[in-house]
Amino acid sequence: MDIFIQQVINGLTLGAVYAVVALGYTMVYGIIQLINFAHGEVVMIGAMIAFSVVNLLAGSGLPPIVIVVLATACAVPLCMAVGYTMERVAYRPLRNAPRLAPLITAIGISIILQHLALMIWSRNPLAFPQPVKSVSFHIGEATITNIQLGIIFISVAMMAGLAWMIYRTRLGAAMRATAQNAQVAGLMGIDSDRIIALTFIIGAGLAAVAGVMVATYYGIAHYTMGANLGLKAFCAAVLGGIGNVPGAMLGGVVLGIVEALGAGYIGDLTDLCRWPVVSGWLGERCGPDQHFVLFGSNYQDVFAFMVLIAVLVFRPQGLLGERVGDRA
Amino acid sequence: MQPRMNAIALAAVAALTLVACGKEEPPKPAQQAAPAPAAAPAPPPPPPTITVTIGHVAPMTGGIAHLGEDNANGARLAIEQANAAKISIDGKEAKFVIVAEDDQADPKVGTTVAQKLVDAKVAGVVGHLNSGTSIPASSIYSQAGIPVISGSATNPKLTEQGYKTQFRVVGRDDQQGPAIASFLAANNKPKVVAIVDDATAYGEGLANEVEKTLKAAGIKVLPREKGTDKTTDFKAVLTKLKGRNPDAVFYGGMDATGGPMLKQARELGIKAVFAFGDGACTDKMAELAGAAAEGLICSQAGIPPQAASKQFTDGFKTKFGKDPILYSPFTYDAAWLLIESMKKANSPDPAKYLPELAKISHRGATGLIEFDEKGDRKNAEITIFALKGGKVEPIAVVQGGQTMAYNDFLTKLATSAGAVVQQVKDAAASATTAAGDAAKAAADAVKK
Repeated sequence: MDIFIQQVINGLTLGAVYAVVALGYTMVYGIIQLINFAHGEVVMIGAMIAFSVVNLLAGSGLPPIVIVVLATACAVPLCMAVGYTMERVAYRPLRNAPRLAPLITAIGISIILQHLALMIWSRNPLAFPQPVKSVSFHIGEATITNIQLGIIFISVAMMAGLAWMIYRTRLGAAMRATAQNAQVAGLMGIDSDRIIALTFIIGAGLAAVAGVMVATYYGIAHYTMGANLGLKAFCAAVLGGIGNVPGAMLGGVVLGIVEALGAGYIGDLTDLCRWPVVSGWLGERCGPDQHFVLFGSNYQDVFAFMVLIAVLVFRPQGLLGERVGDRA
Repeated sequence: MQPRMNAIALAAVAALTLVACGKEEPPKPAQQAAPAPAAAPAPPPPPPTITVTIGHVAPMTGGIAHLGEDNANGARLAIEQANAAKISIDGKEAKFVIVAEDDQADPKVGTTVAQKLVDAKVAGVVGHLNSGTSIPASSIYSQAGIPVISGSATNPKLTEQGYKTQFRVVGRDDQQGPAIASFLAANNKPKVVAIVDDATAYGEGLANEVEKTLKAAGIKVLPREKGTDKTTDFKAVLTKLKGRNPDAVFYGGMDATGGPMLKQARELGIKAVFAFGDGACTDKMAELAGAAAEGLICSQAGIPPQAASKQFTDGFKTKFGKDPILYSPFTYDAAWLLIESMKKANSPDPAKYLPELAKISHRGATGLIEFDEKGDRKNAEITIFALKGGKVEPIAVVQGGQTMAYNDFLTKLATSAGAVVQQVKDAAASATTAAGDAAKAAADAVKK
């Protein structure tokens, strides 16, 4: 049971990060029906900038928490600038082009950002400094660190803030209006270009924070770290119903837990020697202390994509989806 | 990058064409007399030179670029020393040139690069760094008849394919795996051991050898867990392992994944001893895992860089301004082996010097090197390290199934080196001085 609780804690932490990144995908999709595949790279850029700032301030004698906050405070506006530039350069000129064109520029931007990071921060895995000492708290045999708690707390706070902004402010109303029908919203006096740019900026800001959280959590930053994370967050967004903000939050958390539990238990579940019918058939290969594991924990990364396929086949609109899948 | 590489390749081809042309000329008597004593009345004409290109392949970019650079530097140092020694081959002064290629630790790129070197008609190759790239590339070199010596690929399969051109100067995983496993079994006496690997040819191969040895010693081994060579999140796997409560965990993989894994394991409260193979036996572990890295044990095929000959360590420090990291003493020796056998055969032609290479007996920076019939080094040593105060420190050496403390090994090395010191003095007097310094280095190391 402790192990189960531990896996859920791991999954929650991972899921909180997925959720924050997934919000960036889903907000952009909700407004201009574009899947911004470069979003994962914004997460990476955020982590890299924070890496540089933390290293710069490491010897300054500031309290660790201040260093992390300052690093995040540098990463967020810079990533927002990246997000804005991305929209301005690669997507706005293609606003009325066929749907495939901006998808291709998105992939182009993703490659450009990766290689830019490669040139600035090198190909080596960077040991992300750990200004905040990790402290473990025990729940029975399971442990949760202060960093995990911080990640969950910050993610929830950001998601709450975003929900408040979308549903309770004029800007949010304008965003929702643009999402419903950009032309009509324009006729009502909403500058839809500005709203779209703001959507990118907000998404990039969230991604920057996610980048700092991931790098702090694993203690490593690398120029390819955004690619896989971005794809999984995209799966989370689809799982929740792409274009749907609460859906992205739910999808992220569900995906994180599915992944953790899946990687934790698939090896035991597919150990053929545990199943009497098959183990009899396997005969000698299942002696005492013998195992015949069909799928091991190396399938961890596969779960997100299995979930993606399952959702697209059985419930294309996602868990909380209001839109129809065929728009993608 | 590409155009420059092409330029180098072109230059290499051009150089080799020159070599080929040079060979057709009958040797002139004047050349033979040129290196004769100073009694010659007229100043001797500048001796004709012969350019010999040696390839080096390692990942110069990517997660283990620092190890690739280290390997390349080892070979570069050997080439530089050989050029300074003005070695003569076939009556001409040999000018050695190194072509350092990047295989990105990717098997597909590895074969492309191998083909490129073959097309450029290099005389010999030092590399590749990884087993995963060395194995597919070995058949290409074999078809072209070009000798290739790896200084770091430890997967047994490399020399089990029956290629006459494939050699290696490090130990194999089936020596390294049993060594670290038997050390773990004897020293830490675990009852249950968990094994994780990164699903690469190297990681899985090493993990398999460790599992075999542990099982033979009657230790319970949990079902294998796997990540990939890019995994950063090991929490799910580690949490599962925590439930099984292993006394020790072995990870077959590199430091870029092993470091984060160790850090996460300690965060989860896993108290088991962590053991690694050579890929994660670097100081970078302390950087990536922080305080969690303290006390890990790991193995390296061969002897640690600091135990290598003084000629190597000093030369390396002077030339590159940093200490050797891991396998550079071996690539250094590999490059020297090629040069020495060319010298013995008096030809840089692979077909001519290959037989000399197979039966060579050379005292290099890492000790005496002789090859068995497969091309593996005879009596290869495996060193066991522990991470103390942010650095991996050697604690024991395993040779031929025997474990001895590191200091005892140094003493033994010094005495055995002393015994051959007379024999190698002659060699030291000649162009290469590697042999004498090996003995000196061992003696110096003991003094420290």
